[in-house]
Amino acid sequence: MRARTLSTTVAGAAALALALTACGGGGGGDQADDGTITIGVKYDQPGLGLEEGSGQPAGFDVDVATYIAGELGYEPDQIEWTEAASANRETFLQQGTVDMVVATYSITDERKQLVDFAGPYYVAQQDILVQAENEDVAAAEDLEGRTLCSASGSRSAETITETMGIGAELRETQNYSECLQLLTDGQVDAVTTDNTILAGYAAQQAGEFKLLGLEMQEERYGVGLPKGSTERCEEVNAAIAQMYEDGSAEEFLNANFGEAEFEYSTEQPEADGCA
Amino acid sequence: MSVLKTKEPSRLFDAPGPKAAARQRVYSVFAALAAAVLLAWVYLGFNRTWEVVRADPGALLGGDVWRPAEDGQWTADKWEPFLDPTLWTGMVLPGMVQTLTAAGISIVLAIVFGLVFGIGRLSDHAWIRWVCGTVVEFFRGIPLLMLIFFTLAAPLAANQLFGVPFGTFLVTPLTAVVVGLTLYNGSVLAEVFRAGINSVPKGQSEAAYSLGMGKTQVMGLILVPQAISSMMPAIVAQLVVLLKDSALGYIVAFPEMLRSFSLIGTRFQNVIPAAIICALIYIVINVSLSRLAIWLERRNARRGKVSAKATVAPGVPGVAPTDVVADTTATPEDPPKG
Amino acid sequence: MEAFLANFNVVIDGFSWTIRLTAISAVFSFALGIVLTAMRVSPVPLLRLMASVYVEAVRNTPLTLVLLFCGLGLNSALGLSFAESVEWNVYWLAVLGLSAYTACFVSEALRSGVNTIPFGQIEAARSLGLTFMQNMRLIVLPQALRSVIGPLGSVLIALTKNTTVASVAGLGVQEASREMKLMFDQGVVPVLPTFIGFAIGFLVLCLPMGWIFGTLSKRMAVAR
Repeated sequence: MRARTLSTTVAGAAALALALTACGGGGGGDQADDGTITIGVKYDQPGLGLEEGSGQPAGFDVDVATYIAGELGYEPDQIEWTEAASANRETFLQQGTVDMVVATYSITDERKQLVDFAGPYYVAQQDILVQAENEDVAAAEDLEGRTLCSASGSRSAETITETMGIGAELRETQNYSECLQLLTDGQVDAVTTDNTILAGYAAQQAGEFKLLGLEMQEERYGVGLPKGSTERCEEVNAAIAQMYEDGSAEEFLNANFGEAEFEYSTEQPEADGCA
Repeated sequence: MSVLKTKEPSRLFDAPGPKAAARQRVYSVFAALAAAVLLAWVYLGFNRTWEVVRADPGALLGGDVWRPAEDGQWTADKWEPFLDPTLWTGMVLPGMVQTLTAAGISIVLAIVFGLVFGIGRLSDHAWIRWVCGTVVEFFRGIPLLMLIFFTLAAPLAANQLFGVPFGTFLVTPLTAVVVGLTLYNGSVLAEVFRAGINSVPKGQSEAAYSLGMGKTQVMGLILVPQAISSMMPAIVAQLVVLLKDSALGYIVAFPEMLRSFSLIGTRFQNVIPAAIICALIYIVINVSLSRLAIWLERRNARRGKVSAKATVAPGVPGVAPTDVVADTTATPEDPPKG
Repeated sequence: MEAFLANFNVVIDGFSWTIRLTAISAVFSFALGIVLTAMRVSPVPLLRLMASVYVEAVRNTPLTLVLLFCGLGLNSALGLSFAESVEWNVYWLAVLGLSAYTACFVSEALRSGVNTIPFGQIEAARSLGLTFMQNMRLIVLPQALRSVIGPLGSVLIALTKNTTVASVAGLGVQEASREMKLMFDQGVVPVLPTFIGFAIGFLVLCLPMGWIFGTLSKRMAVAR
């Protein structure tokens, strides 16, 4: 009797596990035809896309995505947000988990082979963030012999240490909040990555940090679309143009980065055109 | 038998006499002082007032250095977000659910994996024993983090090896974490199961064979059920390992509990308070589970005593001497990682 | 395999950090583990309490969080630094975290070893007038150590694998698994051979440990 109960339990548990993994694998993107649009944004970037509880993100990317979706005919309540981490953006688009990715997604030739891009909707620059009272660092060259923080997997630090050949020591962390903590406590002298990302953090603690306003490396943020969505791409480009024309873009930039003394550009970047 | 197993006074020392008691008081005072200094250093350091104290130790007597400083970690601003119930329902709870989901799926799959490979290592066929042994030893020797990284890179590997186009299959962070946890903990459990099955008195399988049962029946009806019940404490202890290890999911952006707290830290710039609260939650969950493992063990031990008269040393197998096992409760054969 | 070999220097560098982390953390965690064990069986109630609270708390915290506390708490907020260069500073911080964590498991193993010692011996030693410390040093710990060589070997293997966590969690030590992750991210190396290469590296470190400790534990077993 006892033996049977136990083996049944094990079999049941195994079946349950299979069912659970099966669920985990799916997810499935909601297509436009059921009246919603699924958009992938960052959930962990203040100022760009930061989850504020219950799956509702906020930030510049989120505002841009909401505007574009609006132009495509979706009300804000028809948008379903999904977290698109750097590692899974391509897969999400290919699998149809999301309809669109607006997540500090730089347009590169490599990625163009996997997905389509509309835009760019903003051109970010690699920049350096230091403590507000720091007078010693004004350019990348001043980092010689100082400590620089960057998130693991980011290539921004390499631009400084390898491409520019500046002898800065690198402290690597899991994400930029950890870098900001180290910067606040003076354990590192500077943090480097896209100026938008840095501005997002700086805006959280107005007056604590300053951006050097450098232009070290362009990052052209595009709207990621599944391969072969030329028509959708044109529509998105039109929406982006409209967003800059009617002043919405400036409004979004000011709302999200205004506190950071970040000299954002309010010019529309030239569109790449759709394939 | 064991020196410390019971709550009665230890036999390593006598009840202190007046002199020893006085000495012990001195030691206690020193230990308390050392602990107090350490805690004060941490408190004041986090409060950013340690520098003040270093410059002027007299400040310790005043209240100012102890009051939460505005730029320190104890300021109300950094802790207030945790008073908001929506933070718990909206961010912490979903993370906790993900942590428990990953741990729950993994422990079940790990038990299945452990059973298959543990029994495989006891097979009558040499090649099955060899294959199962290699698999188990391989996954026990590989860091969990590497297994997770590799699982995430599986689509790339499939593309390189077999030309499988990208996007054919999706490896979510959950999948990567579950695969990693299953392979590693399954291998640990396989060893535990093997020992458990070996520990079932030989007379039982002999009796079963003499009743005309086949190999599979003996294994499935006689050996495995008994091994599982004797392994319950080890399985629960392994669950503690699993829960802690699932925190590695934070590295691959799996939205588990540590990542929820990391996001809270990003949102409210309170990385350290968030980490402290996160650690407390883990400790509470894991201490409770460890207590459950101890309870299960004691229950087994009680039953073990009853059957001990009839059979040879039962107890919990897996670790060498029976005496060792009785007190290691939360330490399974392999100590936890992650 | 070619790309793996082309990156061989990186691989060697990665494993050299892994070995450095393991070796030094092993020494410190062993020392701290002995102290904790002595405290946990000592006659002074406060010492017993302190050691138990420490072990329970640290053992039940994910290692990722323990190391995060070293990187962001001790180093960043409390300003504790061990070296001028970032590379060595994060190394020593990682050693601190790994030792603090591993010591709990060393102590758990040792304590169970203490439990295997027959009462009679300890009572005999006490009746000869040995103090608690003498008793620990001459009678209890030598035998306890011998009886837990096997479990200590498992702790060492776990420590070796745990060093991979030091590449993350606010420290970024450039040990082997980080190098593997970077190679995967760059997308140029063949994934499976690279993984197997790194896996062999860890097996080469861990399997001999298992054999050595297994043989030792048999040879040193206390006959009872």
